[in-house]
Amino acid sequence: MRRAFVQSLCRLAAQDPRIVLLTGDLGYLVMEPFQRQFPDRFFNAGVAEQNMIGLATGLAEAGFLPYTYSIATFAALRPFEFIRNGPVMHNLPVRMVGMGAGFEYGHAGPTHYGTEDVAVLRTLAGLTVVIPADPAQTTTAMLATSKLPGPVYYSLGKDDGAVLPELAGQFELGRIQIVREGRDLAIVTMGTLVREALAAADELAAHGVEACVAVVSNFNPDPVDDLADLLANHSQAITVEAQALSGGLAACVGTVIASHGLACRLKPLAVRTPPDGTSGSQQDRWRKHGLDRAGIVSSVLATARGACQ
Amino acid sequence: MIRSTLFLGVSLTLEKKLHPNAIRRLILDQSKRANVGHIGSCLCVAEILAALYGEVMKGKPGDADRDRFILSKGHAALALYAVLRLLGEITDEELNTFCCDGSFFGVHPERAVPGIDFSTGSLGHGLSIAVGAALAARMQKSQRRLFCLISDAECNEGSVWEAVMFAAHHKLHNLHVIIDANGQQAFGLTRDVLNASNLNERWKSFGWRVSEVDGHSVSALVNVLSSESNDSAPHVVIATTTFGRGVSFMEQGRPLSQAHLPVQPINWHYLPMSDQEYKIALAELERAH
Repeated sequence: MRRAFVQSLCRLAAQDPRIVLLTGDLGYLVMEPFQRQFPDRFFNAGVAEQNMIGLATGLAEAGFLPYTYSIATFAALRPFEFIRNGPVMHNLPVRMVGMGAGFEYGHAGPTHYGTEDVAVLRTLAGLTVVIPADPAQTTTAMLATSKLPGPVYYSLGKDDGAVLPELAGQFELGRIQIVREGRDLAIVTMGTLVREALAAADELAAHGVEACVAVVSNFNPDPVDDLADLLANHSQAITVEAQALSGGLAACVGTVIASHGLACRLKPLAVRTPPDGTSGSQQDRWRKHGLDRAGIVSSVLATARGACQ
Repeated sequence: MIRSTLFLGVSLTLEKKLHPNAIRRLILDQSKRANVGHIGSCLCVAEILAALYGEVMKGKPGDADRDRFILSKGHAALALYAVLRLLGEITDEELNTFCCDGSFFGVHPERAVPGIDFSTGSLGHGLSIAVGAALAARMQKSQRRLFCLISDAECNEGSVWEAVMFAAHHKLHNLHVIIDANGQQAFGLTRDVLNASNLNERWKSFGWRVSEVDGHSVSALVNVLSSESNDSAPHVVIATTTFGRGVSFMEQGRPLSQAHLPVQPINWHYLPMSDQEYKIALAELERAH
C-alpha cells in the first residue's frame, strides 16, 4: 500500500497546495515521487518523531495540511502524547501514516512490530483511525478522508501486490464492508489479515461452515450500526487482528455486542502474549499468534465443537 | 470577588507599555482567590511578557500576519491571562473564573481562550509547535515571527533538542525562543537535578544565535528581542530570572505560614498563599511601585 499512498498523495497535492509531507527519515525509494514533484513541500524531519508531530501541529494551525510518515510503532507510539496534545486536542487536520502495521516488519523483530498502533490510537476520541486492507482501499480511503477537518491516522501495510478483488476498493467512514456472505459465523477482521480470513472462510466451507467475512476499515467513528446489524444475524463471531487484544477490533466488536444486548458469542483472535525474543516472517508471526488461516479455522472449529457439547 | 482591573489606582498600561507589577498584581489576586500555586513561575516571567506583549510583538489579534507567542512552560498561564486582561483581550468576569469548575482558564493555557493559539502544559511540546509555525510562516512568505517561552528545566526534555536541530538546519530566523532561566525545577535546583548551566554553549553548538539578558529588565529584553541580525540562525534569548520575583519571601523560598518546610524557592511552585502572605506580598508590590 506504500505506492498507493504516495500516488494518492501526489494526486491530492497536485490539487491542494496546502498539502505538505513530513517523513521521519523513512520511505527511501518510496517517497521520491512526491519529493520530485513537490520539493518545496517535502521535509525530512530526521529521526525525530515527536518533533515531526509538533511541526505538523504548527503547520496545520497555520493552514497547511501536513502528512507525516514513519513505521507504525514509531509513528504512533513514540509521539503518542504529541498526537494527543497536538492534532487531537487542537482538532487540526494532521494526517499521520504508520507503515508496516502488525507483523509486516517480521524479521526486523519486535521493536518494529505495529501491534498496538490501532488499539492505542483508537482511544483518542477525535482521531479518525483508518486501516485499509489493500492498495485500492488505501486510495479510496485517502481521498474520502482528505477533507476531514480533524486529524486522521492511517495504519498501512507495505505490500502493494496483495489485492482483494472482493473489496473492490470500497471505503466509507463509519461503515463496514462484507466481502463474503455466510450464515453460520461472522469473521470480522481488518487490514492485511482480510486475505487470511477469506482463505479461512473457504476452508471452513469445506467443513460445512458458511462464514461471512466483514472488513472494518475505520474507527472514530466506529461502524457501530453496521456491526450491530451484522452481529444481530449471527450467533457466532470471531475477530481477527494483528493488534493487542485490549483496545482494538475485539474491543469494538465486543462493546457493540454487549451494548446492543445481542445474543452473539465472540471469539477474539489477537496478540495476547508479550514478545518472547523470537522474530520471523509475517506469515510465521500470524501462525504463532493463531491469526493465519489455519489458526482461524481451528479456532472456529474448536468453538463450534464447544458449542455443540 | 477581587477587583483586578486597577493596580493601585494607576492605569494598567503606561504609555501603552505593560507594567510588570500590574501583571504581578493580577497573578497574586487570582492565585489567592483560586487558592492555587505556581506563583513563583508566574511572577518571574512578568518582565518577559511585558516586553513581548507591550513592545516587541507586532500585529493585532486576528491578523494572519501578527507575531505569535507560544507559552511552552504552560504552568505560567496565569501570567499570560494577566497580560491578556491588561490588553483587554479578556474581561474581569472571565479572568475571575480562573481555576473554577468548567472554566477555560485553567492552570495551563487552552486555545479556547482569546489570544491563546495553542494549548500547552506538557513540557517539551511547545517548541516543536513553534518550529512548525515558523516553518509555516516562511512557506507563506509572511513576515510574522514566532516567540516561544520555555524554561531552563524544560531543556531536560529530549524533544526540545529535536526541535532545536530542525530549526537550526532549516535556518528559521523568524523564530525567537526565550528561556526563563530561573534555575528551579520541581525537586529543587536545576543544577542539582540535571545540570545544564552551560545553556549558552549548548544552544550555540546546535547552530543558534544566542543572547543572554537580565530577565527582569524590560528594556534589555526589548533590545535583544528586537535586534536584527544578518545571521540566518534562529535566536535564543537566555533570560536570567529570579523565581518568585517581586515578593521577597518567595524569592528567598520562605513559606511564612509553614515554617516546618525547608527554605527553598521551589516551595512557591506548589504553595498557595495564606491570607497573611497575600497581604505582605501586596504590600511589597505597592512599595515597589
